[in-house]
Amino acid sequence: MNGGTRGTRGALAAVGLVAAVALTITGCSSADPAPTEEGAAGGTLVVGVTSDPDTLFPWKATQFQAVNVLQNLYGTLTEFDADLNVVPGLAESWDVSDDGLTVTFKLREGVTFADGSTFGSEDVKFSLDAIGDEATAAVARTSLASVAAVDAPDENTVVVTLTAPDAALPANLAVINMAMLSSDDTEAGLNTTPNGTGPFVLEDRTASQSLTLARNDAYWGDTAKLDTVEFRVIPDESSIVSAMQSGNVQLAVFDDPLVAQTAESGTVAVEETPQLSYHVLQLNARRGDLADVNVRLAMQCAIDRQEVLDTAALGEGEVTGPITSPAYRSDPDARPCPERDLDKAAEYLDKAGKSAGVTIKTIVSQGEYATSVNEAQNLKAQLAEANITLELEVLESGAFVDRWIAADFDAAVALNGGRPDPDGMYGRYFTSTGNLNQVAGYSSPELDELFAEGKQSSDPDERKAIYTEISEHLEDNAAWIWLFTSYTYTATASNVQGFTPMANGSLQYLRTTTVN
Amino acid sequence: MLRRVLAALATLLGVAVFVFIMLRAIPGNQITAGLGTEAAALTPAQKQALEAYYGLDQPLIVQFFSWLGNIFTGNLGFSARAQQSVLELTAQSLPVTLELAVFSIVLALVMGIPLGMLSASKPDSPRDAFGQLVGLAGLSIPAFLLATTLLAWLAASLGFNPNGKGFAYFFEDPWLNLQQMLLPSIVLGFGIAAPIMRTTRTAVLEIRSNDFIRTARAKGVPARRLQVEHVLGNALVPIVTMTGLQFGYLLGGAVVVEQIFSLPGIGRQVLLGIQQKEYALVQSTVLVIALAFVIVNLLTDVLYRMIDPRVRAA
Repeated sequence: MNGGTRGTRGALAAVGLVAAVALTITGCSSADPAPTEEGAAGGTLVVGVTSDPDTLFPWKATQFQAVNVLQNLYGTLTEFDADLNVVPGLAESWDVSDDGLTVTFKLREGVTFADGSTFGSEDVKFSLDAIGDEATAAVARTSLASVAAVDAPDENTVVVTLTAPDAALPANLAVINMAMLSSDDTEAGLNTTPNGTGPFVLEDRTASQSLTLARNDAYWGDTAKLDTVEFRVIPDESSIVSAMQSGNVQLAVFDDPLVAQTAESGTVAVEETPQLSYHVLQLNARRGDLADVNVRLAMQCAIDRQEVLDTAALGEGEVTGPITSPAYRSDPDARPCPERDLDKAAEYLDKAGKSAGVTIKTIVSQGEYATSVNEAQNLKAQLAEANITLELEVLESGAFVDRWIAADFDAAVALNGGRPDPDGMYGRYFTSTGNLNQVAGYSSPELDELFAEGKQSSDPDERKAIYTEISEHLEDNAAWIWLFTSYTYTATASNVQGFTPMANGSLQYLRTTTVN
Repeated sequence: MLRRVLAALATLLGVAVFVFIMLRAIPGNQITAGLGTEAAALTPAQKQALEAYYGLDQPLIVQFFSWLGNIFTGNLGFSARAQQSVLELTAQSLPVTLELAVFSIVLALVMGIPLGMLSASKPDSPRDAFGQLVGLAGLSIPAFLLATTLLAWLAASLGFNPNGKGFAYFFEDPWLNLQQMLLPSIVLGFGIAAPIMRTTRTAVLEIRSNDFIRTARAKGVPARRLQVEHVLGNALVPIVTMTGLQFGYLLGGAVVVEQIFSLPGIGRQVLLGIQQKEYALVQSTVLVIALAFVIVNLLTDVLYRMIDPRVRAA
């Protein structure tokens, strides 16, 4: 027996095995956020999360877990309240000039960063300029596309000059990717030592194990009630449930209804919150048969959205149109086929000259979220009855993202994030100059005009009317086929009070949470 | 011995090349892994800035040799996610995996060898069937099922869930650490006990049919001494081989079990690295795992020599 040779083969086999298993798990793991809460009058809250933040730099954070942590560490000029209305944040108030081209922000006084330095207008100018600079690679850069200049005439005033009116600006400034950083800080420094104006400061972090926040006593608003919040990494959702049952974890957010069901018990309450994100069959209206609006409408008519929801997601959610935010919500029935109608589907196919049927190549991600493959299979079954063949290509999530980014698909089964403001949500997809328009696969002069109008108007009723029109335009042309929105499930131990889950998944109300 | 060391080095180089290529064959990179579909919104200039930041703008051959060159200076790379060097991360995770592997192997031996001997003591009898059944269960019950069931059941019924607390390293809190290692070791040990049980049974049966056993029995050697000294002693070589192999695999990190029981071991380190497409982290960690495997194999060889004088002579 030769030990060397056996060792060689064995080592290669072992490496292969590790890699294979690891890859499999990568493919299967879900990107689930696990949010937390906080308490009053001292106390410690442990939030179970499946992953720790992949970055602590707010301008580049897109991962749920990172956003959820950073929201508690940093401040933004504006904020959302529990109903997703824009409310003052670091800016106490703002005025828009009559021509809509100048926005003047009055900053809150006496705000300090975690390191004790004072927050002022030069920090705002520094932050907005840097976010707008391509070299920073900030993810919110396009939200500042209409900004021509940022000036800081005095310590507590910031004047933003726009190239065109932008009614969506206040809402766009409320996301954590627009966090206000100190002009003395650098990305490298903030990656290890966050320095924000939020209700908490970073106390301790052990990578991939836990991250602990401590109350910021110098916070400008009502100070948080909890002493500390620990985000404890428990990679497996079922294990988080077990940790809640044994009392080790007091708060967690799940997005799999099955897991949420197992969590509910005498000591753990589960609350469901409708989400802004939406499940959709994205169509690429610039490719092949889908370029014909009649083919797309035939697909819309052949799909019973409730059935997709029932079979793939246990009925846990609501059928939806394009816009999901409460203030602008689309009427899900405002579309050519509010109910499934196979006759009409056949008519549309006929009109397209495709009565013999069409084949649509569809990409589906495996493991990105729990219901994707089930949705795809149900859609395939339903469409088959209308002579439309969905050719499913189930991809590992990395491969799916690559194909999605390259717009390399006829159709894609996707779960896309939503935003409180409909311009922020769809402007980048459905205006011809939007940076995701290639992926959206659809644009029209009418839509461009409507989106421009929506940005110009600051009257809520007028805006609501404009976005309703946009929503109907999208449905009438079956740009995509919107399916349903789902819930997140916030599980809290019985001694946790004061936490409000939000439709955008934010954990900002950790600051009002108490643990008895 | 020199030949073995050279072969081991060649193995490690092969592993390095293999992992390097395989990682890059996976769709996506650190940018898309971090940003997901948001990466579609990057402008060319933003993309360039990010590629330069992650070193993805370098030609592959430069990436490979700069990584390999750094290894020799003790620089295994840096994890942007953890904001720590790979060396530091490995220094934290490897001991966890090593501890888990040792406990699991000990439990596996404690379960596997007696069961194997029990089975072999009367082949095709009910007690053999029992041993075989336990072995079959160990082989066929997936670790994730056993792990999840144990965890959920103990937490729900007894409120016993040390793994729900933050992980404690042995030198920080030995008592909590041992509790946290208990369930994962049982799960892994049960799985490994099966091949050890089968190897023991086969080896014992084979040894027992030898002439020297009959001679020993005829000489009146007491049954217990016969079993332990003559039979088991001679059956040890295949058992040690099997144990060494299993131990080697365990050092690769029991990814699934580490996930379920939240153990920050080396398997999870590789998994997170792959998820984030942190190339240097994965490459270096896999190399460490391969090195550990090679070392275990060399040690197994040394053990043979101690157990069996005939190998020493060879």
